[in-house]
Amino acid sequence: MVKATRVTNNIRALRLANGEMTQADLAERIGVTRQTVIAIEQGRYSPSLEVAFQIAHEFGASLDEVFQYGGKQS
Amino acid sequence: MTLEERRSWTYLVVAVVAYGVYLVTVLGRAASAPLVDVDYVPAMLSTIGAAIVAGIVVNIVIGMFTPKDESTIDVRDRDIARVGDRVGQSFLVVGGVAALLLAIVEAPYFYIANVVYLCFVLSAVLGAVPKVVIYRRGF
Repeated sequence: MVKATRVTNNIRALRLANGEMTQADLAERIGVTRQTVIAIEQGRYSPSLEVAFQIAHEFGASLDEVFQYGGKQS
Repeated sequence: MTLEERRSWTYLVVAVVAYGVYLVTVLGRAASAPLVDVDYVPAMLSTIGAAIVAGIVVNIVIGMFTPKDESTIDVRDRDIARVGDRVGQSFLVVGGVAALLLAIVEAPYFYIANVVYLCFVLSAVLGAVPKVVIYRRGF
């Protein structure tokens, strides 16, 4: 069972909207492994603030357009 | 699977196998003599030495066959390593304290050496387990 973080994202949709960018392309551009992009995209890893900004920058979007926070779980 | 995840699996398997071989060897000898009288030193040194060599060799081989795009150590690898190392290193302290207490009560060298070795192994195993779990499940 995969433990999801409370941070959700639109990375997959943004990749597809940006010339069908692959996970490997995005990983290379922001200097991480493809596995890290997969983990972020699937919500298994909350990226550092710096990586989050790098991802948003690659899509020309704001942080809020890429990442959403689900708030506290009760 | 990234290079760091493969390395975590390597440390885990090598530590468990090496200590398993040591236990089988020493307990086998204990069948014919009291445990504290068993000549454990050659088995301990050889399994520690073999584990170090095996870890180095397997890591080199893994590095040779890992695709370049999976060989990068990134921020996620460092975050995961930090969690595993924190758990693993705590057992080095436990081993040191246990050895100190055994020395104070003048316990046989057999027990002092073995509690230190056990804590080395626990440090390696319990440091690697959180890493492989986090790589699989996320955090």
